[in-house]
Amino acid sequence: MEAIFTPVIILVVTGLISSIVLVVAAKFMAVKVDQKQLDLREALPGANCGACGFAGCDEYAAKLAAGEAEANQCVPGGAAVAQRIGEILGVAVDNVEAQCAVVQCNGCSSATDTVMDYQGPKTCAACATFFQGSGACKFGCMGYGDCVAACQYNAIDLVNGVAQVDRTLCVGCGMCAKACPHGLIAMVSVSKTVAVLCSNKDKGAISRKVCKNSCIGCKKCERSCPSGAIKVTDNLARIDYSLCTNCNTCVEQCPTGAIHTSAC
Amino acid sequence: MKEILVILFTVILTQNACLSKFLGICPFLGVSKKLDSAVGMSVAVIFVMAMATAVTWPIYTFLLAPNGLEYMQTIVFILVIAALVQLVEIVLKKYVPALYRALGIYLPLITTNCAVLGVTILNIDNQYNFLESMVNAVGTGVGFLLAMVLFAGVRSRVEVSDPPKSFQGIPITLVSAAIVAVSFLGFGGIVENLFA
Repeated sequence: MEAIFTPVIILVVTGLISSIVLVVAAKFMAVKVDQKQLDLREALPGANCGACGFAGCDEYAAKLAAGEAEANQCVPGGAAVAQRIGEILGVAVDNVEAQCAVVQCNGCSSATDTVMDYQGPKTCAACATFFQGSGACKFGCMGYGDCVAACQYNAIDLVNGVAQVDRTLCVGCGMCAKACPHGLIAMVSVSKTVAVLCSNKDKGAISRKVCKNSCIGCKKCERSCPSGAIKVTDNLARIDYSLCTNCNTCVEQCPTGAIHTSAC
Repeated sequence: MKEILVILFTVILTQNACLSKFLGICPFLGVSKKLDSAVGMSVAVIFVMAMATAVTWPIYTFLLAPNGLEYMQTIVFILVIAALVQLVEIVLKKYVPALYRALGIYLPLITTNCAVLGVTILNIDNQYNFLESMVNAVGTGVGFLLAMVLFAGVRSRVEVSDPPKSFQGIPITLVSAAIVAVSFLGFGGIVENLFA
């Protein structure tokens, strides 16, 4: 009998001691999780996209509960989620500034060319490892659609070899912006319709040679903008959206057609 | 001292847990997609291996062996390691939240990891003393870290490659794991000659 009893007793006692230790530990070292934080986490979409600027929904909920974050930072959730967060926190919320992705390249297949017969895997990430991509322009869209694959809302399509965002479908999560190896995609408030669709930082003569639609850094837009919202840095015009009024002056002035407007 | 170094280098290079003993293959394939999660997982494994050895070696030596219950080691070790990892998780959450956030999601995954159990049992099989056991545990963990980091690098290349359709996903990952394992054969004999 002893041959059975000793092992059974040892096992039972080991198990008992372990469970007692665990119960005691769980009791005395319990970390209080704020009920508010759990509710907030519940209200967030849970996409963990990082558009709020925090590492995922859990952290955003924690920051919200601690009062270190604004309630209107969840872009995919939009106004509905902001409203819900406001209710939980008991504060009034400003409306969410909804954002939209803009592909800052207009080098469609009729405007620019390829410089190599690229036969590798059909992804931008792989193509970009070969001399920054197969296109003549080293800054532009390669057109293999890593952003299209990244978009969970089917809001991006390839049109004439360049990614284009459907502004009615885009929720502004910014996943495409992270996927683009050339960093072409910017997140812009949906109320702003003007954008410089070029990212080429070469001098005008060079960028003109590789793409007909490129920004040549002529500063015509900078001079003509009535609100001083455009600045040319590194031979490339960029709009300061806090000043832009959608007046479209720059769109009319641009000699190469690099600045576009899109009705939203 | 020489024995300690031999154990350390053997388990890191020639007897690597993943690549030659095929222990811990599940996290090796599952968590090696990104370098930072691979490192996080491996550090958690080192930590748990050391803790598990520190607890199981005395249990075996002072409780099981004197009572002639050597055959109970597997079940007792599983029980003790599982409870230990849970306890560590609770303690970390309370006192070292930064470490908990870094290792937190990996700790429950390792509770029943075969590499952890394997190390504790190999300590007994090889009749190591306590110090040798601890070196073996930490060394195996470091070997796991090495394998994970190397394989994360390999996988980042495999991800953008374009294998035939039937090879995509896990099959090509297993093939590359095999090639990495073969490359570790190159370390054969190095330890014996280093400390000859």
